Amino acid sequence: MEIPYTFTARPDTGLYNGKLGIWLFLASEVMLFGALFTSYLFMRLGADPGTWPTHIQSIPLGFTNTCILLFSSITMVYAWVALKERKFNQFRVWLVITILCGFVFLYIKGTEYYSKYIHYGVLIKAEDFDKYSGEFKKADVMVNEIPTQGVFEIRGHWENKTDKNATYYSIIPDKNFHPIGYQPPPGETAPSGDEEQTFKIDKADVERFGNLLPNYGTYYAIYFTVTGLHAMHIIGGCVVMLYFLILGSKLYRRNPEQFANRIEVTGIFWHFVDLVWITVFPILYLT
Amino acid sequence: MDDLPPSAEVSAAPTHVPPAQGHGEGHGDGHGGHDDHGHEHHELGFIRTYLFSTDHKTIGIQYLIAGLILLFFGFCLMLLMRWQLAFPGQALTWANAHNHIMYQVKEVCYHLGLCRMPTTPLPVPPDPNDPPLLQIIFGDAQMPGGIMTPDFYNTLGAMHGTIMVFFGIVPVAFAAFGNFVMPLQIGTVDMAFPRLNLGSIVLFAISAILMLGSFFVPGGAAKSGWTSYTPLASISDQPQMVVPYVLSIFHVIPLWLTFMPSGAAPGNGLHLPGLQVAADGLHLFRLHVASWHAGHSFQWPMWLTGQSVWIIAMAFNITSSLLSSVNFITTIVQLRAKGLNWMRLPFFVWTQFMTAFLLLLAFPPLEAAALMQLMDRLAGSSLFSPTGLVVNGTPLINGGGGSPLLWQHLFWFLGHPEVYVLILPGLGIIAEVVANNARKPLWGYNQMVYGLFALGFLSMVVWAHHMYLTGMGTAISAYFQLVTIIISVPTILILSSLIISLWGGSIRFTSPMLWATAFLPLFGIGGLTGIPLAFNAPDTFLHDSYYIIAHFHYVIAPGTIFALFAGVHYWYPKATGRMMSEFWNKVHFWPTMILMNCVFFPMFLQGMAGMHRRMYDGGATYEILNQNVLHWNVFISEAAWLMGLAQIPFIINFCFSWKYGRKVSDNPWEATTLEWSAPSPPPHGNFLKPIVVYRGPYEYSVPGDSTDYTPQDQPPSHGPIPISGPFPAEERAIGIPHLH
Repeated sequence: MEIPYTFTARPDTGLYNGKLGIWLFLASEVMLFGALFTSYLFMRLGADPGTWPTHIQSIPLGFTNTCILLFSSITMVYAWVALKERKFNQFRVWLVITILCGFVFLYIKGTEYYSKYIHYGVLIKAEDFDKYSGEFKKADVMVNEIPTQGVFEIRGHWENKTDKNATYYSIIPDKNFHPIGYQPPPGETAPSGDEEQTFKIDKADVERFGNLLPNYGTYYAIYFTVTGLHAMHIIGGCVVMLYFLILGSKLYRRNPEQFANRIEVTGIFWHFVDLVWITVFPILYLT
Repeated sequence: MDDLPPSAEVSAAPTHVPPAQGHGEGHGDGHGGHDDHGHEHHELGFIRTYLFSTDHKTIGIQYLIAGLILLFFGFCLMLLMRWQLAFPGQALTWANAHNHIMYQVKEVCYHLGLCRMPTTPLPVPPDPNDPPLLQIIFGDAQMPGGIMTPDFYNTLGAMHGTIMVFFGIVPVAFAAFGNFVMPLQIGTVDMAFPRLNLGSIVLFAISAILMLGSFFVPGGAAKSGWTSYTPLASISDQPQMVVPYVLSIFHVIPLWLTFMPSGAAPGNGLHLPGLQVAADGLHLFRLHVASWHAGHSFQWPMWLTGQSVWIIAMAFNITSSLLSSVNFITTIVQLRAKGLNWMRLPFFVWTQFMTAFLLLLAFPPLEAAALMQLMDRLAGSSLFSPTGLVVNGTPLINGGGGSPLLWQHLFWFLGHPEVYVLILPGLGIIAEVVANNARKPLWGYNQMVYGLFALGFLSMVVWAHHMYLTGMGTAISAYFQLVTIIISVPTILILSSLIISLWGGSIRFTSPMLWATAFLPLFGIGGLTGIPLAFNAPDTFLHDSYYIIAHFHYVIAPGTIFALFAGVHYWYPKATGRMMSEFWNKVHFWPTMILMNCVFFPMFLQGMAGMHRRMYDGGATYEILNQNVLHWNVFISEAAWLMGLAQIPFIINFCFSWKYGRKVSDNPWEATTLEWSAPSPPPHGNFLKPIVVYRGPYEYSVPGDSTDYTPQDQPPSHGPIPISGPFPAEERAIGIPHLH
């Protein structure tokens, strides 16, 4: 018994089974990520003023990751082309490069997650905020007002976290974001530059305190959900490619055309994962 | 099997014609040595044959049996709920049940004039030394002394809905019949991806085990309704954050820290966490492990409570449906037999095609939503919890800013197509049965197919008619009201076509036809009672009342489930080579049909009188408001329990006919579609001869023919063969038979 059209195209559809299968699968993936992106919109449009952070992500790292994924899509195509030309060794080189790109992407993603883990947000009660506002303004600290919750938020690194008995949080806050060539409006001082300055904030004045993990706010929750799911797709793609690099390549000797088809299908999936990242990057990093 | 031609040709061409499909060089290269594949008898072991088979027929039967068992299990959960509704607060013990049965018998005797009016039995208090069976099964916290706690009542409601919809009907209607019948009806050897098929049923098995196992986790199974509305669902069972465990990865991989670039953190450079904080996550984990070792008893991780297990089980279930639907669509598009062009597909195949598309596109948003709810429960996020949420008088400390309405949108974006996932395969089965037993072509086959497409598209854009009471706004409500009314047009078109198909036919009331004739009016009741719900104004009154329960159960219970019974009876001879007993079918059919109406029709009355659907005591607290309809509770419950008993003939019939049923030919119903051209039961690889299709699916009573049915693969008796279809012109020239 043999299933027809496993690797030859059916005349009227022009597709072999696997190719149609992967496109259908990707259709469902579009709905999966589409639902998450829609949720992102829903959350963002409904967010209270001040609760949706901007410029929290490192754009250089995100841009690097975008380039890495785009590059890996190209190498993936080269791997498939090499197979079509029956150049097996070339194929292995291109596939290894693609897998390495996947790993590098995941490593950079991990460092970004880690930077959220060691980054803290402090919500200071509005009635006590006057104590700090002058100094914050002088040091050009980024302050978000959240009027609906009656708090002011600053974000930064927590210096005295080992000191359990301290009555204050010692924070190195993030500065305001200024585009290149920024000129302060007349009457205001110029941004103070990059020097670090530690602020002591009384624990009694703090409404909430925590690192920038999903439980800190909706933005972080949707950020970790979307990028986590995307990272799982990258891991899945890498596992499949590793399989074709090592165990699955036995098929090449038996039926090189079918093997090339499998790599093509894997490539289609990989391009899709790339495409998802291209959507993630602007909505979570650039805006 | 032995006289099979080389298998590559099975779906290609008749034996006297050279293989026309041109598998090309690849075939010669790769499989030259395997051309006699079809002749080999693979002696697979028991496990490969019956448990982990890749054969679509075995998988179909596995889905059928698993699905029927789960359907009955979900039904039993409802029978428990009905006790609480009929006799609120009474212990479910044998003594009480016995008293009520005797009372009912005496009451019937009184109405017959045989005895005096009996006195209402007083509840017998539970005996603490002799715990009833249900207390032993479900635990002291759920049914102390056999009395159902409110939480457990909610659990039963949630699990009844979940199991019936996702673990009962979809596996039977879509996966079981689709897997078994669909490849046979399109004349192919198997599904396009047999191993994916196996993977999908394994995932389904895992999800079912998780879902059933969730009854036994501390706190019991999910209790927030089958819709799992947030924020109730995201805080139920006091979920514990799992993030500290996950984040301990940052500390157990010190290398990671070594290579961390200093630019990783936005703003300022890298700050390594101090050692004490580093211990936070790891410490929790170690405490946990230590407690297992010290106490020698397994301590259940509190983050894995009922609702979390529900989400994880649903994720497995969704993935399983997803793989199945990819497989189904690919099979239908790619593996149709020669000559079987689109408008020659049996209507059942069309319904499976559309169902697969709905599952493919509507399920992923629920998977995304489930993921987000899992984040809410395990990572402490607040995607679905609003700012300032207060639970039991305590403000919930989290980020806030989430939207409970978002969950409802995402859920019903699946939920409404899911309704059509439930009903479309049923309509397909009924179409096959009606055409076969009326001995007529389906009336308006083309319209039915186009109607199906309209239905499929519209079902994706009507979801928020489940949410009129959430205050979405009048403009949105008006839109959803409009499209909801529009979607009733193709539905009614298909149903009317089925009814008109009966007109002028010489109807044979075989077992499947009995179910089909009952299906048509009862599904009609279900559909038509939905129209008032489509409008804002009546829905405001009827929403969440027993009217809704009656409406959608009329669609699904006497609708889809009757169609499933019809399908089981119709294709049973194909799967086993034996016929199910007609007599026992009637013993099953008549009580089920009558009792089904006894259960659901009074619910319309209760609902219109304003009874709310989620009352733990069946509305007894508000007796003053609904005293005119409250007495129906006992009647409905008794009808439901009797209906449970009425399923026993089916179970006996199903099991015994497998071995002892009457042996029948390959085509006992004298049907036209391709599955009846295969032997019964079909061997691995299905057909003994290559299949070429020459005609449409329902050529019954063709004037001038010797029989009143003309199978799809029977060549025309004269003239050139009108093969239209995907194949090049030179291939159409195959065989101009001169059979007469």
